[in-house]
Amino acid sequence: MAVLQTNKLEKHFDGVYAIDGLSIEVPKAAITSIIGPNGSGKTTLINVLSGMLDIDGGSIVLDGIRLSRFKSHEIPMYGLTRTFQEVRLFNQMTVLDNILVVLTERNVFSALFERHSNLHFMRTEELLKKINLWEKRNELAGNLSYGQRKLIEIARALAMEAQIYLLDEPFAGLFPEMLKVVVDIVKELKTRGKTVVLIEHNMDLIRELSDYVFVMDSGKLLADGKPNEVLNKREVIEAYLGE
Amino acid sequence: MAYLIHLAILFVIYAILGISLNLVVGYTGLLSVTHAAFFGIGAYIVAILGMQFGLNFFVGLLLGVVVAGIISFLIGFVLSRLGGDYYVLGTVGFNYIVWSVLLNWQEVTRGPLGIPGISRPKLFGLDFTSNLAFLFLAVIILGAIYVFSQSIVTSSFGRVLKAIREDERAINVFGYNTLYYKLTIFMIAAAMAAIAGSLFASYITFISPATFMVMESVFILAIVILGGFANLKGSLLGALFLIFLPEALRFVGFTEDIAAQMRQAVYGLLLVVLMLYRPQGLLGEYKL
Ligand SMILES: Nc1ncnc2c1ncn2[C@@H]1O[C@H](COP(=O)(O)OP(=O)(O)OP(=O)(O)O)[C@@H](O)[C@H]1O
Ligand SMILES: [Mg+2]
Repeated sequence: MAVLQTNKLEKHFDGVYAIDGLSIEVPKAAITSIIGPNGSGKTTLINVLSGMLDIDGGSIVLDGIRLSRFKSHEIPMYGLTRTFQEVRLFNQMTVLDNILVVLTERNVFSALFERHSNLHFMRTEELLKKINLWEKRNELAGNLSYGQRKLIEIARALAMEAQIYLLDEPFAGLFPEMLKVVVDIVKELKTRGKTVVLIEHNMDLIRELSDYVFVMDSGKLLADGKPNEVLNKREVIEAYLGE
Repeated sequence: MAYLIHLAILFVIYAILGISLNLVVGYTGLLSVTHAAFFGIGAYIVAILGMQFGLNFFVGLLLGVVVAGIISFLIGFVLSRLGGDYYVLGTVGFNYIVWSVLLNWQEVTRGPLGIPGISRPKLFGLDFTSNLAFLFLAVIILGAIYVFSQSIVTSSFGRVLKAIREDERAINVFGYNTLYYKLTIFMIAAAMAAIAGSLFASYITFISPATFMVMESVFILAIVILGGFANLKGSLLGALFLIFLPEALRFVGFTEDIAAQMRQAVYGLLLVVLMLYRPQGLLGEYKL
């Protein structure tokens, strides 16, 4: 039951084959991890899946619909959302507005005459409380710590109420309490029947969380399978040690 | 007193220009240097229609709004293909184009001679010919524009504008076709500038292309920068400051012609000092 699939996907930057004939199938309502050494094309894959980069070859099948060219603003229509490895919040906006902005009206003319509703506000409150940042709601997002900003990214993705969540290293650089908050959120997504694609370097977390693992190397698929099988494979260990 | 009314009217006109440009520059983060073009389009439409066809000021004003809206849509569409510094250069280019059309389309605009004798507004027996009555009209229009702008920036639409300013690629991923948002605010701001232009034409009663050059766009931008990005009250303050500054210079003892010459230099100096010590402007909420 693949909800998301790539077929011989290609993405090149000048001479660099960031994604090189990649075919994967992401199972529905499960946590799928994508691992691989630095520069192996993981973030590029998410950028392509979220329409931020055009595809150079192959195709993407989302929920049975074959896509070869699409715009990033259309991506939520397919029930897909993402976070950014480098944390891309709206820095000179309040924490509250960072969440509200993804909840409100998309149509230009309706948006002109809409203010956030009580419902939007309550949803924002709920999300910010979940990440323990409700008290910070009126601060500018850019003034918060790295970990706090990382949590807001997660909350913003949750606000999208998507079916598929692409999370690009959501745990990186987090202290233990914050890490636990994010781990719980990821687990909760799965229990709610959502599909999670997780990019992660921490092997313990991968073992703990993932149902399935894809290993990328130089844009290609190196191995895939259940976490315990994959992480013990010699070529996977070598790819990581070879860095 | 008469002179104070004169300055107050100029203040109102430039406050409209500052507020509207702030919607584009301060809220949406599009560094536009072409506002004087729309200012000019509004002014010329009222002038030409009034002089050639005896059309009522208010009809001319509405037509100016429509024409500025259409032209800004086209310009905005072309500009949307440009990013960063190229966007700025593109806006400068459009200001030059509009200016040179005003200058060279002589059958319609009378070119460098300009259009004199533009009449003051009249409506249903109300006559805005006296400066005081004109000021009254101008303030009402400014008030309406301020309230409308305030409602825009506090709406869901306004929040998206700020997100575009902060990270357009990111807000895209959350389902916003940002091109529509940028075009809409660009058109709204252009329409407001055209309103300022129609007020200007009928107040001064003479217009020529020289008023609507790139320098004028820079001046309007200075109002926004000085008052502060993404703060409408700031733009009021910025306009107040820059309109009354020459008077202040005279007040502290400079003679009239020296004050006039000093003006530009002081504007420049102010901007540099401000960018060094308070880059978001006096009341601003956002740094470039
Ligand atoms: N926008 C871009 N322009 C040019 N090259 C790029 C671009 N994005 C990625 N690359 C290149 O593509 C390759 C894959 O990069 P990518 O960011 O996808 O790796 P990654 O697996 O996410 O690495 P990391 O674990 O360090 O995050 C790298 O060689 C990178 O330099
Ligand atoms: Mg990456």
